[in-house]
Order: sequence, then structure tokens, then C-alpha cells
Amino acid sequence: MKIPMKWIWGLIVLAFIIPLFRPLLPDVVSDYRLFLVTTMMIAAIAVLGLNLLTGFNGQISLGHGAFYAVGAYTAAILMDQVNMPYWATLPCAAVVCFVVGYLFGLPALKLEGHYLALATFALALAVPQILKYKWLEGLTGGVQGIVLSKPEAPFGLPLTDDQWLYYYCLIIMILLFWGARNLLDSRSGRAMMAIRDQYMAADTMGIDTALYKTVTFGISAAYTGIAGALSASAIAFVAPDSFNFFLSIKFLIGLVVGGVGSLAGSLVGGIFYVLIDNSAQAISTFVKNDLGLPFDLSAYTIFGILLLLLMYLMPMGIVGGVYLALRRLRG
Amino acid sequence: MEQFLQQIASGLANGAIYACVALALVMIYVSTGHINFAQGEMAMFSTYIAWQLMDWGANYWVAFVAAVLLSFCMGVIVERVILRPLHNAPVLSIVVVFIGLLAIFNSTAGSIWSYLIKEFPSPFPKSSFGIAGVIGSHQLGVVMVTLVVLGLLFLFFRYTPLGLAMRAAAQNPQMARLVGVRVDWMLALGWGLASAVGAVAGIMVAHIVYLDPNMMAGILLYAFAGALIGGISNPGGAVLGGFIVGVLENMVAFAGNQIEKATGVYIIGNGEKLTVALIIVIFVLTVKPAGLFGRVVVKRV
Amino acid sequence: MAALLEVKGLKAFYGQTQALYDIGFDIAAGGITTLLGANGAGKTTTLRAICNMLRTEGTIRFDGQDIVGWATEEIVRLRIAHVPEGRGTFTTLTVEENLRIAAYTRRDKAAVHADLDRIFGYFPRLKERLQQQAGTLSGGEQQMLAIARAVMLKPRLMLFDEPSFGLAPLIVVEIFRIMRRINQEEKVSMLLVEQNAALALDLADTAYVLETGRVVMSGPASVVKNDENIRKSYLGY
Repeated sequence: MKIPMKWIWGLIVLAFIIPLFRPLLPDVVSDYRLFLVTTMMIAAIAVLGLNLLTGFNGQISLGHGAFYAVGAYTAAILMDQVNMPYWATLPCAAVVCFVVGYLFGLPALKLEGHYLALATFALALAVPQILKYKWLEGLTGGVQGIVLSKPEAPFGLPLTDDQWLYYYCLIIMILLFWGARNLLDSRSGRAMMAIRDQYMAADTMGIDTALYKTVTFGISAAYTGIAGALSASAIAFVAPDSFNFFLSIKFLIGLVVGGVGSLAGSLVGGIFYVLIDNSAQAISTFVKNDLGLPFDLSAYTIFGILLLLLMYLMPMGIVGGVYLALRRLRG
Repeated sequence: MEQFLQQIASGLANGAIYACVALALVMIYVSTGHINFAQGEMAMFSTYIAWQLMDWGANYWVAFVAAVLLSFCMGVIVERVILRPLHNAPVLSIVVVFIGLLAIFNSTAGSIWSYLIKEFPSPFPKSSFGIAGVIGSHQLGVVMVTLVVLGLLFLFFRYTPLGLAMRAAAQNPQMARLVGVRVDWMLALGWGLASAVGAVAGIMVAHIVYLDPNMMAGILLYAFAGALIGGISNPGGAVLGGFIVGVLENMVAFAGNQIEKATGVYIIGNGEKLTVALIIVIFVLTVKPAGLFGRVVVKRV
Repeated sequence: MAALLEVKGLKAFYGQTQALYDIGFDIAAGGITTLLGANGAGKTTTLRAICNMLRTEGTIRFDGQDIVGWATEEIVRLRIAHVPEGRGTFTTLTVEENLRIAAYTRRDKAAVHADLDRIFGYFPRLKERLQQQAGTLSGGEQQMLAIARAVMLKPRLMLFDEPSFGLAPLIVVEIFRIMRRINQEEKVSMLLVEQNAALALDLADTAYVLETGRVVMSGPASVVKNDENIRKSYLGY
């Protein structure tokens, strides 16, 4: 399903000029709101990474939180120990995460379906402990984590930190999505998807399935790692317990809500899980007061119920559902 | 030497817990081909139910039995209502549903009972039970309860008609139907039993690790490691694997402690338990996925 | 006398593909009926359709009871025993457990013991291998176990799906002889699907010939056996 280019350009232009409306609508286009949208963009990149591996290449990962953590910590350590400028940490985080992803992809070649899910599940559970490991404390700051400083607008541009962060992440997100689209449209992309759909056929057709699977793992990890690196700058802080298993659950929500195997779905998914995460308090209050529930409703209960409902009602996610609806309308 | 024995003993006690959870995992895997990622959280939820019953004044063993029975019903309901409609769905959908269940059970427990760590009593009298210097009263109790439960299950599956029917249904569902077995209900029963066994594990371990919504995550991971070592398609192997992993976990931590005492260098200790489990899981999955006693399923083209 | 099994206008589908178009036949109580036909004619599919192992439409009446759409295990509980293609023994269970599971649905537990003795009378080899894992038996022994298990269900109708498949000729003859004994001594009707037309026509009293999901010929086995077309296509002379 192709979204027409002019719609995409339209969205991009809108995304660039909206913050400039600040003088007109200072409350709507506030720094707080911009920061929220920035976190949504970072989430979209992270979900895109997961989608590349699971949606487009058929390898289930419950552990993408691990790559996000590696990206975040790589960026944080470089900025903290070597005073590397924030924008330079992105390619470094990408490379490190690619290598880590590729290395994990090697043993993963032998695993499928449930077993791969299990291996990545184990990885996600172990990540906070690994980050707290005594021998790495010098680098990682142990339980306390690392405090960083937020990026400032370059060249003396008249932008607040949050406005600059918004544009920085927007540009990176556009580049990454554009790169992903090119990859998926190419021969390599078709090979990736062939492996997902009919592994045996792809193998006998001469596609080097092992190479594609491991490299896709690497690229997928790199994407999610870049998101992690961006988040390190955005939040200006990294600590081990923010990278627990629940992070991977959020990515999974983004993946299935948005649409498995859909680029636009990754964007929708990222926006969605940040939205729910932030609205959880409000939803809980509503349910408690208006529906009389005797206890708080955690965001994760909402996430869990959503995951279940989606698998029955809309397994192809919002984007897939919209696509189907449009097709039915057109007759 | 005494310390070494203590480590083995506590390793066996932990291993008993892992063996129970591993058995629950294998039971579901063998009958449905799915890995129940929500097993730990379901067990934890059942443990909270037991706690709540005791908080309302029930006696320990009454609460124990009630929680285990409720857990059985919970397992049956989950299978019938949530999993049955999806039995032909792709693997990703099923994995997602399990993760959804995990999130729901975990966060609901936290919402209802808060994340404050609670104490959980032990029913085994401190003074008369236990072998001083080797194994504590609760640890010995855990091992014995586990052996009793496992023994009952073994007898059930080996010698009762219902147990035979469940084994047949798991081995060859189509053929089981052709001898009149109601396979769908066998699956639900399997889930119920697995859930009940998990509840036993949760209630036993709560005294050791204290009751909190996240208490089962590490235990689940170790149970997976144990099930994989034993062979995820073999119940007996899973139990053995659970005990092996329990002892191994303690030995590694013990070795780390000794090295630190002797040389002052910290290599490994209690803080790395999940990492050790991860390494075991990856190692077994890549080197010998069938484990010690399991069978590798040949992929049909 | 009403037929034990009445099939009319039976259609069957594997997913979207239609495999049976219009199957109709009757089985009288106590008789042996055989379905013949080339590969892909729909013989096995017909047996599967009777047990609702795939999507079916049409009429199937067992002892006057309409059973289309019933769950497989409920059809079996009406005492229809299906000996499937490839034996279908529970390979990890012992011979004894394979027989015991067949007794699972029976109410008359006391008679089970007597039945077991009679079954060992038909298949003495099984008695010797009682505690052996079913998967370690030879092909012929597994076929015997599958039939024994079906007999243990105390069926009124037995469905056989290619019992001669993959077995040495001498074993096949022995098995067919035992099938005749079971038909006569247990008074159970049989529906036999067979590639080996000669053996089938010797055993059966009625025959139906299937071609691409339809019945193209039917009649007493003796008549069908002597039909020239049948002789050329299925009997090789």
C-alpha cells in the first residue's frame, strides 16, 4: 500500500512549520507539547526498528528494549566520558547496535517463532542487570546512571532547547524512514519479505537467507539503538531500570497497534504508545470515578487488554484496518 | 564444607521451585505447542490470592488449597476464553497474546495489592523441621511439597484414564478424537493443571523472595532455562532441569563469593543471576535445543 | 431394513478446494462395503467426511441419526471406529495404553476385560508386546494395533483407510483374514477403502467405485469384480 508522495511531503512541511506558530498559539505549540511530540518521533523510530525485523523479516523479538538501551548508553557514555557532541553519538550508537544486533542474529538463525521469542525475552529480562554489572560501573554509572546535558540549538538559532530537539529528531526520523522505504522497495527488501513469507522457498531460490537474517537483525537493532541514543539526549539521563522488560512491551504495542509490516504503522504505533503512556493517569481516574473500579488502572493493564483485543479484532493494526476500510468504501 | 552443603541444599530448594514452573511450562508446550510467557505472572497472581485469603483470616493450608483451586479455574478459563479462538492464528499473534496476559496479570496485581513488598508466612515450624546447619525448615518444606505435587501428577498421568486421555490428546490430537477423547477439554484441563502447579511454586517461593508483583520474572527465566536443559518436550526432563539449574545458580554465586573472598576481585554474584540464566538459555537454544531428554521437531517442508 | 449408514449428496471441502461433489451410498448392518478408485478419487476423503474431519455438506445418517456437523469425538462416541491412513497409533504410548485409551469412552467397564481377551485371540502378537512402545512395532503390528484399538471401541461400524498400505503381502492377507473374522464374530459392519482392489473385492459384499469425487459404479462385489472396465482399470487383466 503506497501513500502518495504529495501527502508525505505535505505532512513533512506541516511538521516543519507548526512549531513556528508558537507566537500565535503559545499554549498549543508549547515546549511541553513539542517535547511530547519529540518523544513520539523517537518512539516511532524504535518501533520502526522492531518492525523491520519482525514485521518485514518475520523474526519475532520481545527484546528490542535491549538495543534501545545499548544505543542510549553508548550515546551517554560517549558524551559523558569523551565529551562527544550529541549529534556525533548517533552514528556511533548505530554502529555499535548494528554489531550487537548482528551478533545476536547469528545464534538466532537457528531459532524460530516461540524459541526466538524466548531468547529475546530472556535478553530483555537480563538487560537491567547487565547494565548494573559491577565491572561496567565505571562506564555506566551503575544504579545511579549518567546525567547528561540537553542539546542546544546550533549556530545561535533563536530556538529553545525543546524546539531544537524537535527539529533534530524530526530530521533524523525523516531520514531513517526514507532509508527504510528505499531498503524495503529494493531487491534486498523483497528478499527480506520473501524470507518472512516463505522461508523454504526463499532459501531454495538462492537467497542467502542467513546473511539477510543476520544483517536485518543488525539494521533493526541499529534503528532502535538510534532511537535510544536520541532519547538519551532528549531526557538528558540514562539509568538501568528504565530499560526493563516493560519497555519491550511498549515497542510490541506500537508494532501491533500501528500495523505489522507497515512503515506508516510504525509512526502510528509510536505515537500511540506514547499517547497511552501519558494518558494512563487520566484514563485511570476516569475509570475509577466514572466506572467505579475499586483500584487504579495501570497503563500496562490497558496495554495488555489492547494487545489481546487487537489480536482478535484488528490483527493488522490501525493502518491495516484503515486500509481495509478504505478498500471496502471504494467497493 | 558445611557452607557448601548449605548451598547445595538451598540450590535444591530453589530448584524445586524452578522444577514446578518448568513442569507447568512443559505441560502447556507439549499439549499446545505454545510457550506460556505469562506463566510466572499467573503464578504470582495466585500467590496474591492466597495472601489475600490469609489476610482475611484463613488458615495457611486452607488458603493454599483455595488459591491452587482458583488458579486451576483461572487456567481453564484462560484457555477456553482467550486462547481457544486463536488456535489457528500465526505465532506472532499468539506470542503477543501471552505478553498481553503477562502485562495484565502483572499490572493488575500491582494495582490491587500495591507494589509494596509484603512478607509471606511459612507453614513449616522453624524449630522442629529442617536439618540444622544444612537445610532450613522452609527449604526442606519446599522440596517435600514439590516432590508430593510432582508425585501426584506423575501418578495421575501414568495410571488414571483421564491422565492417559490427556497424554493421548497432547501426543496426537486428531487420533485422540478418533478414539472419542474430547480434545478441547483436555487442553483446558492441561492449562488448569499447569496453572495450579505454577500457583504451588509461587506460594512456596513467596516466603523466600518476599511477595511483590515482579517476584516471578527471574524465577520464570530460570524455569525456562531448566525446561530447556531437560528438554522442553519432556516433563521428567523439565523437572530434572529445574533442579539442575537451581543448584547451578547457587554454585555459580557461591564460587563468585569464594573468589571474591580469596582474591578481593568481584566477578560474579547475586546481582548477575538473570544474566547467568540468559547465558544458559542462549547456550542451550543454540547448542542443543532439544535439551538432555527432549526431541527435536523436524520441520516439514 | 434401514441401512446402518446412509450417505446422500455428500460434498466435502479442503479449505476452498472441493474434493467430493456428490457421494451417495448405503451400508447395511453387518455388511462389508468397499470404496474403490484411483488416487485422488476421494475415497479417503469420504471416510474423513463421515467423521467430520473436514468441511462437509449433504446428508450422513448413522442409524437414523443425522451426524453432519457433529464434532469428530461425538461421532466416534456413537460407536463408529475409524482406522486411519498411516495407522495413527499413539507412538509414545505402550501397546497396552493404546488399547486402554480406546476403552476410555466405554461405559461397560466389566466387558472390557473380556473384549481384551478376544482381541488377543485375533492378534496374539500384540499380547506379547503389551508393554512395548507402539512406535517400535513393525508396520504390520502397528496396523494390527490400530485395528485392535478400533475393535476395543466396541463399534457398530468400522472404517478402514488403506489397511494394506506399506505392508508385505503375507501380512496383508493375514490382516484381511482377521478383518473377516471380526466382521463375523463381532458382528460389526465395515466400510473399507482400498487401493488393492482384488483383495477388497474378495472381502467385501458390496462395492462402490469413485472417480474425482463422484460415485460412478456400484453393485454387489461379485458383479463389480467381473465388470470388464473394472478388470482393466483396477484389476489389471
